Amino acid sequence: MPKWAMVIDLDKCTGCGACMSACKLENNISIVKPEQANKGRVMFWMNIMQEYEDGIPAENSRRTPKLCFQCDKPPCTKVCPVHATYLNPEGLVGQVYHRCIGCRYCMAACPYTAKVFNWYEPEWDSSMKECLNPHVSLRMKGVVEKCSFCAHRLIRVKENAAAEDREIRDEEFVPACMENCPADAIYFGDISNKNTKVYKAASNHRAFRMMEELGTEPKVIYLSQRE
Amino acid sequence: MEKDYKKEIDYPLYKPIYETGKGFYIALFILLAIAAWAAYMYIRQVTYGLGVTGMNVPVSWGFYIVNFVFFIGISHAGTLISAILRLSKAEWRRPITRMAEVITAIVLLIGGIHPIIDLGRPDRVLNIFTAGRLQSPLLWDVTSITAYFTASTVYLYLPMIPDIARLRDHGGKLRWFYNFLSWGWHDTPRQKKVLERAINILMVIVIPIAVSVHTVISYIFSMTLQPGWHSTIFGPYFVVGAIFSGIAALIIVMITFRKVFHLEGYLKEIHFRYLGTLLLVMSLLWFYFTFSEYLTGVFAAEPHEMRTIMYKFTGPFAIFFWGMVVCNFIIPVIFLSFKKLKKIPGILFASITVVIGMWLERLIIVIPSLANPRLPLHRGIYIPSLTEWSLFIGAVALFILGYMVFSKFFPIISIWEIEEGRKESAQIVKQRVESYMPENVNNKI
Repeated sequence: MPKWAMVIDLDKCTGCGACMSACKLENNISIVKPEQANKGRVMFWMNIMQEYEDGIPAENSRRTPKLCFQCDKPPCTKVCPVHATYLNPEGLVGQVYHRCIGCRYCMAACPYTAKVFNWYEPEWDSSMKECLNPHVSLRMKGVVEKCSFCAHRLIRVKENAAAEDREIRDEEFVPACMENCPADAIYFGDISNKNTKVYKAASNHRAFRMMEELGTEPKVIYLSQRE
Repeated sequence: MEKDYKKEIDYPLYKPIYETGKGFYIALFILLAIAAWAAYMYIRQVTYGLGVTGMNVPVSWGFYIVNFVFFIGISHAGTLISAILRLSKAEWRRPITRMAEVITAIVLLIGGIHPIIDLGRPDRVLNIFTAGRLQSPLLWDVTSITAYFTASTVYLYLPMIPDIARLRDHGGKLRWFYNFLSWGWHDTPRQKKVLERAINILMVIVIPIAVSVHTVISYIFSMTLQPGWHSTIFGPYFVVGAIFSGIAALIIVMITFRKVFHLEGYLKEIHFRYLGTLLLVMSLLWFYFTFSEYLTGVFAAEPHEMRTIMYKFTGPFAIFFWGMVVCNFIIPVIFLSFKKLKKIPGILFASITVVIGMWLERLIIVIPSLANPRLPLHRGIYIPSLTEWSLFIGAVALFILGYMVFSKFFPIISIWEIEEGRKESAQIVKQRVESYMPENVNNKI
């Protein structure tokens, strides 16, 4: 069974934000109106976390792409009352939009604040509506959503591999953020297979995971020279 | 056969059921109007989505969860206190138990609705039965609150049967209703024995259930990894807070009814002084828990934990935090320790501040931890919207409404227990005290 994981090389990352917009378009994420966004209701599955080391304005700012870490021991799935978020055998943490009752307990339990909520009925402007991705289901108001590691792409990759009667190749299944990264800072693949690029990247001495001490075992690994 | 209620010794207890003044209808109208407004705001919320509230990312829980914890806490007033007083054979309990139990039944219902109000998809609430995961602390809540509601309504109803039979015998309005609810009660010795046994069994069962309810509510928070929530002390801390706010609410209700229904002859100052002492003890206990909780956090000074703590000590929540300390500790201790201040107005004032202080405590537990997530991506500020305020006021109005309507159909002081007390309690207490007395050893030597 493959175990899907991601490596983000922060030393390569330019902080351009291409991953954010690629993700937003790929996954039909609602475009929240500016006044709502200012209230803290902006919706991103992939977001860029900005930290300033010595106050603002700072020479040393840190920009970290941050998405759902697809933990191997997810605190969110433990608390869900209705099985609407779960860990599948391939290590993906899924959301069942049609079962979610919108209690937002998973959001409160996630130490990485990775989930977002549909406070209103999702909206897109008319030009956007015509180019929604047909492979990703639309959400409704009142449910929680988050990064799925582009699991809808995996379904197609699996079908292709099965039709051609072969294993899934390395980097055959890639999420939209990786595909669109101009700096090639994102690696993605099966970390249980030692021949994949993602495995090799994760074995780098610069590798670390966010707040590893919590024991959540994230499957998003960062590479950075800096502390 | 029909007796005239006006000739009863306990006429003041029958009076509110048979005579209704203008004030009642005015209050009823105002409360119904508030409840209707709240219902409108809720329907609006269901139509548009939870966006009409002030919640956001990362403050994904707001007033609804705060009030949920608060109301369930208040509900501990009743059944638990009544059970403890009955169990400890406190004779002064007689005029108090019924009022306490009614609080539980009504507030538990109101509190129990709050998580459903909070849902983004209330239409799917039944999923917790079809797809429920018993591993989720929310399901533990559903289970324990249901158990507590069942046990406490039965515990309210059983001791009411003899009183309902009395209302039936006095005839007048709704005879069929009282006839049905009194289950053929005729004060026979056998019936009395069975009733007494049932009450005894229930009061023992109800105590662990009540303790479990608030422990489990604290588990919603303490089972997560979040700073400020992940604390082993939360179970008992919540139970203590619940009983604390419950007693305060009970005192407020008692003083209100004493004034409105002219029950000065039943609820004497001594009752309030005894309850005031209980409130003082709970205040000290509450302070002890709060002190331990924050001292461990501050001393170890783990950075994430410290950020939530400083948010409460000096940050945006400082006014609420220190307000809570004043309301829950300083004022009650001053007003309940000195004999001069420990009169009914002083006790009422302390009780009101305790209820406010305990609400602040729930606010302080829920919001700051969410507003300061571990990752610096989001920093939240939470300002409740009109919808949330409306539903809060609506819930309070619903509580008063429920209590008022109850008091028009059933006596809020247990008549048969008062009668029984008048007849035999002095003798029983005398016998009991005599049984404690040291025996005269000289006779035996």
